[in-house]
Amino acid sequence: MAHLSLSQVGITFRRGGTTSEVLRDVNLDIAKGEFVSIIGHSGCGKSTVLNIVAGLLKASTGGVLLDGREVNAPGPDRAVVFQNHSLLPWLTVRENVALAVDKVLKGKKTRAERNQWIEHNLALVNMMHAADKRPNEISGGMKQRVGIARALAMEPKILLLDEPFGALDALTRAHLQDQVMQIQDDLGTTVMMITHDVDEAVLLSDRIVMLTNGPSARIGEILDVPLARPRDRIKLATDATYLKCRQAVLKFLYERNRFVEAA
Amino acid sequence: MATGATLTATRARASAKARGPFITLAGLRGVAARVLPPLVVLAGFLLLWEVLCSSPTAGLPPPSRVVTEAWDIIVDPFYDNGGTDKGLFWHIAASLKRVALGFSLAVVAGVMLGTLVGQSDWAMRGLDPIFQILRTIPPLAWLPLSLAAFRDGQPSAIFVIFITSIWPIIINTAVGIRNIPQDYRNVAAVIRLNPIEFFVKIMLPSAAPYIFTGLRIGVGLSWLAIVAAEMLIGGVGIGFFIWDAWNSSHISEIIVALVYVGLIGFVLDRLVAGLGVLVTRGTSAS
Repeated sequence: MAHLSLSQVGITFRRGGTTSEVLRDVNLDIAKGEFVSIIGHSGCGKSTVLNIVAGLLKASTGGVLLDGREVNAPGPDRAVVFQNHSLLPWLTVRENVALAVDKVLKGKKTRAERNQWIEHNLALVNMMHAADKRPNEISGGMKQRVGIARALAMEPKILLLDEPFGALDALTRAHLQDQVMQIQDDLGTTVMMITHDVDEAVLLSDRIVMLTNGPSARIGEILDVPLARPRDRIKLATDATYLKCRQAVLKFLYERNRFVEAA
Repeated sequence: MATGATLTATRARASAKARGPFITLAGLRGVAARVLPPLVVLAGFLLLWEVLCSSPTAGLPPPSRVVTEAWDIIVDPFYDNGGTDKGLFWHIAASLKRVALGFSLAVVAGVMLGTLVGQSDWAMRGLDPIFQILRTIPPLAWLPLSLAAFRDGQPSAIFVIFITSIWPIIINTAVGIRNIPQDYRNVAAVIRLNPIEFFVKIMLPSAAPYIFTGLRIGVGLSWLAIVAAEMLIGGVGIGFFIWDAWNSSHISEIIVALVYVGLIGFVLDRLVAGLGVLVTRGTSAS
């Protein structure tokens, strides 16, 4: 049985008298330890899929099962790394992670164990040197790393990444992508990532889920990325399989589902 | 403005450090640049006042006469001859006690109500129109009503402080709660904070800069209201002291009392602002 499974998920928003269907009949199974990306043009509803899995939005039709149990509210077993890091600015880096750890792992770990676990996760993303700084004292890339540490520290069953590198410059982004790949290889975390970056999707994912344009977006195609891990971005730049996957995604996005400018 | 002053100070300190531990010319110049202008303006103001009020027909005493006439209360603010014949210190202490009580009650109730209004659309629609009307009622207009309800001056004065300072606290808290970013709410939802934890760990710190804006306005209004209220209720208090001085035609004493009222009001404002900077760890501007 699949680790995470979305069946017939659809969502319709009602505002005033108008209703708009954003997603329709999304069916997706994700296995344990798998890295799955969801890609699509902006506004197609990819973040909506993530928010439904996170429990922050309720699906209008269908449902989500995690380990056979229905998802109907947010919870730490589906930790989210938000697009704009969303660290609390009045807490230090360490306190931000501690807020989550102390709440989620209370009862499971003693105070000393929790403190050690906080440091362990900060070390995992190389952020121990800035543990006592506040978010406004560190760079965007560092904030996102703390966001990842906070999410991982909740010991989630699945890690949800909502365009985690979108707001970063290209070099920082590449560095963070490598770091996430490394961590995912080491921990075997199940990951669902929302992205609009084709290279990022191919480099990181085991499978790429391509959404058609909204309204009523649905899964257009699912592409397997049969590349061995660990992956090296420099070697892959000339790798035939990599290029083929990349081309397949580009074809889907730019030939068959051209971005339609909203009027 | 504050930043400018700090900058000057930092520069002065930096240059002092560069030239050793002695007081340098540049360091002195930095201090003088900040202290001199208010002193010059003050001296000019006192001089103008002295000139304007020195004629024997003037309605107000000049500063020199204020000092000589009110010398007793200036040099000894701590005397206590029983009844309401006390030094200025005791009058101000009594007024501050009333403000402290009424304002504290207003902080607790105001933050609670503000949170309710900020959090719930229903409460917002129901309560906001009522608040908007009640907050325009002048503080003293509440006094007869509260005297009728409490039948005693002391709780009535405290109630006037409470009702005066609560509106800016409610309104600013509500705005602060409404402005909590959805991201923070999402984080709280994912780690499943319960409502009390959410209130303490997310809402209060996130809305703190707004809340402290409300507190600053509130404490200023309380100080305005207490002086007026005490003129009417009597007893010990700076407001009554001023009214009593007026009835005994001690104009100089009134002027001394006003200086105190102004200074205390300024200190209260800076205290709340400073507390805000401390609590919000610098995210609220002083």
